[in-house]
Amino acid sequence: MTSPLLDVRGLKTVFHDLAGSWPAVDGVDLVVKPGEIVGLVGESGSGKSVTGFSLVQLIDAPGEIVAGDVLFNGEDLRQASEERLRSLRGDRIAMIFQDPLMTLNPVLTIGEQMCEAILEHRSCSREEAMKEASHALSRVGISSPDARLKQYPHEFSGGMRQRVAIATALLNKPDLIIADEPTTALDVTIQSQILFEVQKLSRETGTAVLWITHDLAVVAELADRVAVMYAGRIVETGTVDDVLDRPRHPYTLGLLSSSAATVAPGERLKQIDGAAPSIDARPSGCPFRPRCGRSLPLCAQIDPPAQVQADGHSYRCHNPVTEGSAL
Amino acid sequence: MTAYILQRLIQSVLVLLAVSIVVFLAVYGIGDPIELLVPPQVSAAERAAMIRRLGLDLPIWQQYLSFLGNALQGDLGRSFVHGIPAVDLILGRLPATFELVFLAMSLAAIVGVPLGLLVGLNPESRVSRAIMAGTILGFSLPSFWKGMMLILLFSVFLGWLPTAGRGETVSVLGIPISLLTLNGLKHLTLPALNLAIPNMALMIRLVAAGTAEAKTQDYVKYARAKGVRSKRIVGRHILRNILIPVVTVAGMEFGSLVAFSTITETVFAWPGMGKLLIDSIYQLDRPVVVAYVMLATLLFVAVNFLVDVLYAALDPRVKLTGEMA
Repeated sequence: MTSPLLDVRGLKTVFHDLAGSWPAVDGVDLVVKPGEIVGLVGESGSGKSVTGFSLVQLIDAPGEIVAGDVLFNGEDLRQASEERLRSLRGDRIAMIFQDPLMTLNPVLTIGEQMCEAILEHRSCSREEAMKEASHALSRVGISSPDARLKQYPHEFSGGMRQRVAIATALLNKPDLIIADEPTTALDVTIQSQILFEVQKLSRETGTAVLWITHDLAVVAELADRVAVMYAGRIVETGTVDDVLDRPRHPYTLGLLSSSAATVAPGERLKQIDGAAPSIDARPSGCPFRPRCGRSLPLCAQIDPPAQVQADGHSYRCHNPVTEGSAL
Repeated sequence: MTAYILQRLIQSVLVLLAVSIVVFLAVYGIGDPIELLVPPQVSAAERAAMIRRLGLDLPIWQQYLSFLGNALQGDLGRSFVHGIPAVDLILGRLPATFELVFLAMSLAAIVGVPLGLLVGLNPESRVSRAIMAGTILGFSLPSFWKGMMLILLFSVFLGWLPTAGRGETVSVLGIPISLLTLNGLKHLTLPALNLAIPNMALMIRLVAAGTAEAKTQDYVKYARAKGVRSKRIVGRHILRNILIPVVTVAGMEFGSLVAFSTITETVFAWPGMGKLLIDSIYQLDRPVVVAYVMLATLLFVAVNFLVDVLYAALDPRVKLTGEMA
């Protein structure tokens, strides 16, 4: 087994307000190996985006990372200096944001915004940086890249802008890309093109990807392993085959049953009753208990610990789903 | 672009026409300059001759039409008091006002933009709160009182700076400039400061509000995620985005200061255009007042046009087209 590129243990990020501190990320354990694509799946408000930003320590007040270790190549990022973090961000760990319409600065050229990602990390001339940027653009399928570099974000479509963001992320050949729902704002055809390209680029460059999404279909298509997040914690994790074909946690099963791909044509989509608990009203014991059809009296008292199986498949449930059972 | 400029030119002519009618009527209504111009011991015949010579015997619409006819040929009339063309009189005062305003606006920008950034980036800090409280003072203290207090402090108590006048000037291309002599600079400092203070306050507030908004935008977080240094994030990503409102306001303020720095020029006896306007109104020197307002309008039209062109340079999304409202 290769040593992990990213090893997160007990990560806890809270948001403070006048009434107290609310955990958005509540003890997350997560491992990403070199070159691997890991899907981080969850509903809105499950804490997956906050997890992504916590990894690179980009959490602003009123948020605060209060516990846990984030080991990146063995170095604990929580102890790293601001300058050390800056030098890692965009260089070893690149990010792609959710909304490509908002992430590019509207008044700076694409070329300048790509070049700065190079020039802030390496000493090279502006011309060399431009050449690299141009090469990166053509790699993600943008034609006449040299002319494109002189243009401004509003001259690009949403899909094109996200390609720019992907190209920018690849500029410094990072070890890890954290992609926060990068295809959510795009239409389906563009989405699958981008998935295909990311997968290809990840294989070519050996870059690991943490792909944050609410879409299990995307994970099935793209990822090697998957972590399912609920109410600030990872409730189930394992290889894509294990988790999607043989889910053990009732929440994962619920997500799978509500996905259009699993339902015969004409049949109604299933849904998980209720809504994810808001950050200030997490139930005692297992947070999924109020929505769970399999809950036991024990679930109200004790938050189930992670149970790791021999094949690495792990889940947090007192009454796990067995093969063939339904909600 | 050509269509846009053409459209702006037509608009400008219409504005000038409308302003000329309004100001002509208003000046007519202020009072009869004859009472001030003609000494009481003059005979009735001489008095009538004088009225005729100045054209004041004609009905107002005829006076207006002859003014308009002359104006089209570039003649805005002669001063009743000084006997020289009104435009020459005003333009002769322009350099003094212009250098005063230039210095004032530069001060406002040099102090206002960095302080605004400071406040916008850390709005909760003690320093920021103090600066914001200061801007309220800067806005609300009346110009004449502030001017007198500056004189009292720097001239009377400390004795550092002169109280009034323009001081030594050097001639550059035939234009007298006091910015370039030490004595002239000393004379400039207080009136420029007096004009600059409210504009500093304005700049600080504008930049602070813009920065506070811009720093929460996704593109700032994205730049941080790319590992961009905070100096560059502030200086390039944030500043570029908030420059548009700043340039607009600075342009408009520049125009209005050049045209109407009357109070400050009066308090500091600065021989600029504003002082001339006040004197001309007191003396009912109609041609000078009318010419002054016309020139001020022209200035505003020009400044606004310049600001629009600057927009297009600053914001790539702005295109200057003929269809613009």
